[in-house]
Amino acid sequence: MTPPPELARFDRVERAAHWSTATLFGVLMFTGAALYAGPISTLVGQREVVRTIHVGAGLLLPLPLLVGLVGRWGRALRVDLRRLGRFDDEDRVWLHRGTRDDARLGKFNPGQKLNAAFLGSAIVVMLGTGIVLKWFSLFSLTTRTGATFVHDWVALGIWVSVLGHIMLALRDPDALRGMLYGAVPIRWARLHRPGWYEAETGEPATRLKPPEPAPAATEGA
Amino acid sequence: MKRHRSADRTGVQPSEASVTSETAVGRRVFLGLLGFGAAGIVFGSSVQGWLERNVGPVLAKDPTGLLALLPIGRFRIYSVTSNLPDRSRSAYRLTVSGLVDRKTVLTFADLAAMPKTHLARDFQCVTGWRVPGVRWAGVRLRDVLDRAGVRPEAGAVRFVSFDGTYTESLTVAQARRSDVLVAYEMEGEALSSEHGGPARLYIAPMYGYKSLKWLETIELTRQVEPGYWEQRGYDVNGWVGHSNHRSDDPTA
Repeated sequence: MTPPPELARFDRVERAAHWSTATLFGVLMFTGAALYAGPISTLVGQREVVRTIHVGAGLLLPLPLLVGLVGRWGRALRVDLRRLGRFDDEDRVWLHRGTRDDARLGKFNPGQKLNAAFLGSAIVVMLGTGIVLKWFSLFSLTTRTGATFVHDWVALGIWVSVLGHIMLALRDPDALRGMLYGAVPIRWARLHRPGWYEAETGEPATRLKPPEPAPAATEGA
Repeated sequence: MKRHRSADRTGVQPSEASVTSETAVGRRVFLGLLGFGAAGIVFGSSVQGWLERNVGPVLAKDPTGLLALLPIGRFRIYSVTSNLPDRSRSAYRLTVSGLVDRKTVLTFADLAAMPKTHLARDFQCVTGWRVPGVRWAGVRLRDVLDRAGVRPEAGAVRFVSFDGTYTESLTVAQARRSDVLVAYEMEGEALSSEHGGPARLYIAPMYGYKSLKWLETIELTRQVEPGYWEQRGYDVNGWVGHSNHRSDDPTA
């Protein structure tokens, strides 16, 4: 039995950037929760240590992406970043209730795009407000209170976004394979990312779709 | 394992190249969040105040306690040492010393036997958060001072926490106010160790950093000695709304 054919999805640089950023996010979310939520603070204690880890991980957070983006090795990541940043007509078809199955999505679906845009932007905002909180003596009290306000609410947004991202990834093991090993089963690409499949292979993706009833065939495409 | 590499892209770019209109959603999200961040830094202080006055009381009634995770009208547990101090009521001792007629050591039972005072006031932190209408109970500090007898040359009171690091102080006149407590109950329950139990100071008219947690020693001195945060820039007279360049509504 031959293994099912696969399509390359994320190169080593992209996966390294993803997993190191994800690790830092995880550390930041848990140490952040320990600094913020009374019951966890009590459980963990060691406030000074937790704070040091949180600040250290926070300062490192932008590095994996920045390193992954520069130079020759960052080509695939740069291309994907461009794809993630834009909604096209297929995304609008996907977002429209009822026509989702007709969308001939490119490499990413709109949810992935929004998630990436939010988390990427959150890195910048959390870093900025985090710097105010860490080096507080340089800022006025109003600024500090405002920065706390932003840091708290965006942190809640990050928890929602990251938990949602993990949940959806676990529900779609084929997609998860792409980020774990670099490639996805070709039938997954054909079915869920037909636009991307066609661009990568040069073959039409339609033939895998269930045959449509003969008379209505002209309308959908 | 056979993989289709995307080597030959020249001829085939059917759907991705023929896209008609694109929206730069990523840029919008980025600018939007950056805008929220900037606006939040400028106006967050007032928005937080509004939320705490208007939404805080509603959240406080949430029976599940889950809404307590929202950053509105909730206590944040600040401790300057690495471990949360923990001492049982039975092991607790409160020492009153310094310029007093008789050095006095009180057990928790001694405190509990003294006249009990209830106070319901907002708790305002100098970093901005405020918890509305917290119900405190305990002994008036002035009653504790009178048990030891304050000598006339004493001008100030210094407090030491059993966390081993934190200190605070008040003038004797401030310490004698009727809204200054040695508190051992909060919201009708025994004061938990994260909130400073078994007993802490509660100084209603001043910012939270004045209300020293894990109270162990009360020492009468001639002059006020700046406490832990005051050596790091906070005002010694920490009146809510009239110190630390802040303009919060008074809490007493």
